[in-house]
Amino acid sequence: MSACDDCLRRAWLLRAMSGHLERGRRQGGVLALEDNQLIEALGGATREELRRRHAGFDPAAARKLVAAAGLASRCRHGGPFPGGLQEAADAPWAIFVAGRAEAFDALAAVDDVAPAVAVVGARRAAGEGEEVARSLGQELAAAGVCVVSGLALGIDSAAHRGALSVVAPAPDRGRPPTVAVLAGGADVVYPPSARGLYAQILRAGCVISELPPGTPPRKWGFPARNRIIAALAGMTVVVQARERSGSLITADLAMQLGRPVGAVPGPVTRPLSHGTNALLADGAHVVRDARDVLEALLPGHALPQTPAVPALDDGLRAVLDAVGDGACTAGELAARRGVAVAEATADLTRLEMVGAVCRDGAGRYLPTGRIGALL
Amino acid sequence: MLARVTCFALDGLRPRRVTVEVDLRTGLPALTIVGRADAAVRESRERVHSALLNSGFDFPQRRITVNLAPAQLRKQGPGFDLATACGILAASGQVPPERLAGWAVFGELSLGGEVRPCAGALVAAEGARAAGLQGIVVPDACASEAGLVAGLRVAAVESLADVAALLRGTAPVKGGRPAGAGVEPSADAGVLPDLADVRGHAGAIRALEIAAAGGHNLLLSGPPGTGKTMLARRVPSILPALDDAAALEVTRIHSITGLRVGGGLVRRPPFRAPHHTISASGLVGGGTGPSPGEATMAHHGVLFLDELSEFARPALEALRQPLEDGAVTIVRGQTASRFPTGVMLVAATNPCPCGEGGDACRCTAADLARHRRRLSGPLLDRLDLLVAVHRPTAAELAAPPVTSSQDVRARVAAARDLQLGRPGGLLNAAISADALDLAMRPGARALLREVYERGTLSARGQVRTMRVARTIADLAGTPDIAVEHVLEALGLRQAEEPAATERAA
Repeated sequence: MSACDDCLRRAWLLRAMSGHLERGRRQGGVLALEDNQLIEALGGATREELRRRHAGFDPAAARKLVAAAGLASRCRHGGPFPGGLQEAADAPWAIFVAGRAEAFDALAAVDDVAPAVAVVGARRAAGEGEEVARSLGQELAAAGVCVVSGLALGIDSAAHRGALSVVAPAPDRGRPPTVAVLAGGADVVYPPSARGLYAQILRAGCVISELPPGTPPRKWGFPARNRIIAALAGMTVVVQARERSGSLITADLAMQLGRPVGAVPGPVTRPLSHGTNALLADGAHVVRDARDVLEALLPGHALPQTPAVPALDDGLRAVLDAVGDGACTAGELAARRGVAVAEATADLTRLEMVGAVCRDGAGRYLPTGRIGALL
Repeated sequence: MLARVTCFALDGLRPRRVTVEVDLRTGLPALTIVGRADAAVRESRERVHSALLNSGFDFPQRRITVNLAPAQLRKQGPGFDLATACGILAASGQVPPERLAGWAVFGELSLGGEVRPCAGALVAAEGARAAGLQGIVVPDACASEAGLVAGLRVAAVESLADVAALLRGTAPVKGGRPAGAGVEPSADAGVLPDLADVRGHAGAIRALEIAAAGGHNLLLSGPPGTGKTMLARRVPSILPALDDAAALEVTRIHSITGLRVGGGLVRRPPFRAPHHTISASGLVGGGTGPSPGEATMAHHGVLFLDELSEFARPALEALRQPLEDGAVTIVRGQTASRFPTGVMLVAATNPCPCGEGGDACRCTAADLARHRRRLSGPLLDRLDLLVAVHRPTAAELAAPPVTSSQDVRARVAAARDLQLGRPGGLLNAAISADALDLAMRPGARALLREVYERGTLSARGQVRTMRVARTIADLAGTPDIAVEHVLEALGLRQAEEPAATERAA
């Protein structure tokens, strides 16, 4: 099973025109154009050369290259293909899959939009952002939902990691816990520092891209990648985003496709929450935890039973309340509760170990809003 | 006519006996100095000439040869001026040579004939005692320093005329301190910055106390202007005073490096804060001498590296082995010098390149990655405590100071006594993992294992946590490590080192 000749030809055309697309990235809708129109629109002086190469495309050689890179290819013209990916006018043609190809096929196994959710957000996340993304990823994967994201630093990586941390995902039609969509070839790890995470995703799920193997990512590829994320997912959740953020592009595209969009609320004073709060003001679903997502995605569905959360004992509950109240360092907590700093530090570590608080980049303690099992 | 005067040269931190031989012969008047002398020694020709004439002595109109023996040892510095002048006086019969036999002579001359203080008097005095001499002639300003050596007479002189009077026997020996008597003069002038001046920072102060008690190296991380440097400068004030042996060692190092010329015993742990542009040899020692670096000058005290991520990688790499071994051996040509580097390292850094950290951070993801990489080097492996420093809140600023250095110092001293009383007599920062494990209560061990199995703590991080927990238990006066101690120790590691989490990813 492989993508058809036309779709492969299209993928190689995109690669050949990567530079043209880069220069023309401010023009909307070019990816919806047919091959010849695309060459006409952006080809410029090299139109003839592009046409000649496009006509002389050798599908067999291309398939060999794909196989040599260890990838699989899929398209909507044969075999299983996720329905969500076919809806938009600028839907991707070929999809190249690194990792478990059957995991990608499983996304197509359901007739309607596959239960996949995009969890995206700022690369430079702060405070509880990564922790929220991680727990969303974990709980969604545990409920059998595939977590789709972009492998970027910050929120994206945290969401992938959360999904991967589910040891035994619901045995739900072989659906992968997480799928990463890249802006370059599926075999080009970007950002390079995400190598380790990339390898983990390959083992558990798959990494996909519409560009042929070995294509380096360029700027135009990121919004293009976002349209695949939005299309593949039944719902898009933005965890943290500034006012002008790529994640908001993903949310816009999801809205254009008529898919629900969710956002995690944040303090109005924080730039990292301006984007998500603006989405909420526009009517996005409020996402506090995975249950909010599942309710918006599958209204009326029986929600998976979340394990009963054992309550914190009264002492730690009081400490957690103080942290929630703004006592974000051991010194402040000690002063507020009238205990020694040593005791305050030990209490904070207890809360950290059960996942009730986390530390931000500056070492301040923040409540996660999530309480795990007590020691 | 030939005269011999004993003096001492520095070989690393050790004294080496040097015999200054002066020979007067007939020939064209000239003064030649031979015997591997560096520029400062060769220039002593001009100083000696003027000093002799301006003190009312004759400068012999003969051919004068000065030989510094042994010839293969490099001689540096101006400490040979006085010995050379005495040799010329004795060789020309202006002073009797007998008294020069039992005494060493050490000091620099000015053109007017005054004797000036110079670095290394303590080491020269130690050399004189080791050589079995009865006394040493030193500049007046260095007398109290030389007087630290028991069993040696010290003659303090202010001018070349004083020395001549001494050698003629027309003046008594002045400034000599009989061995073991009298109060040691202190070199510690001025007031140390005290924790009583600090408002807020309760968490960081607790971390300083733990670090000082166990001799742990410490990293303070926080935005600019939050008080990292202010806190670091107060670490010496919570360290116990140096004992006799350590004080002598520190005084010797400071005398040789010229940090303190003259003065008495240094009882206060030193504090050194080199700028981040320092080179590797500036930090651990080097040069053709070779001479000791900042790590040696901070021996028995605190080496403070502000803006740790700005230091050159080679400098930080060079510091790693000395931190581990407590000494560094520098080999240059035919000489190998061993310098002690038993420091407590206090480092400070911004949480990210823009300095704000957390929500207010404006750095790009790549900036942050670069910053982490610079910090994640092997040096970070030597830092037991990673502590966040925060801007104090208004309420904290209005509150009275958390504690005073005196209180903390008392607790630190008590905890150190406990550690040094155990077999091995090491501070917790240096003890082995096995010894730590024996002291763990079952609950504490189980807790640490659980954290380790979650993958948020590396194997090395686990040992460091145990060491810090041991110190916390010592501060509490508890014989073994309990769950509470491990929990606090875990809280003093601000996230696990980034390198390890990246590897785990």
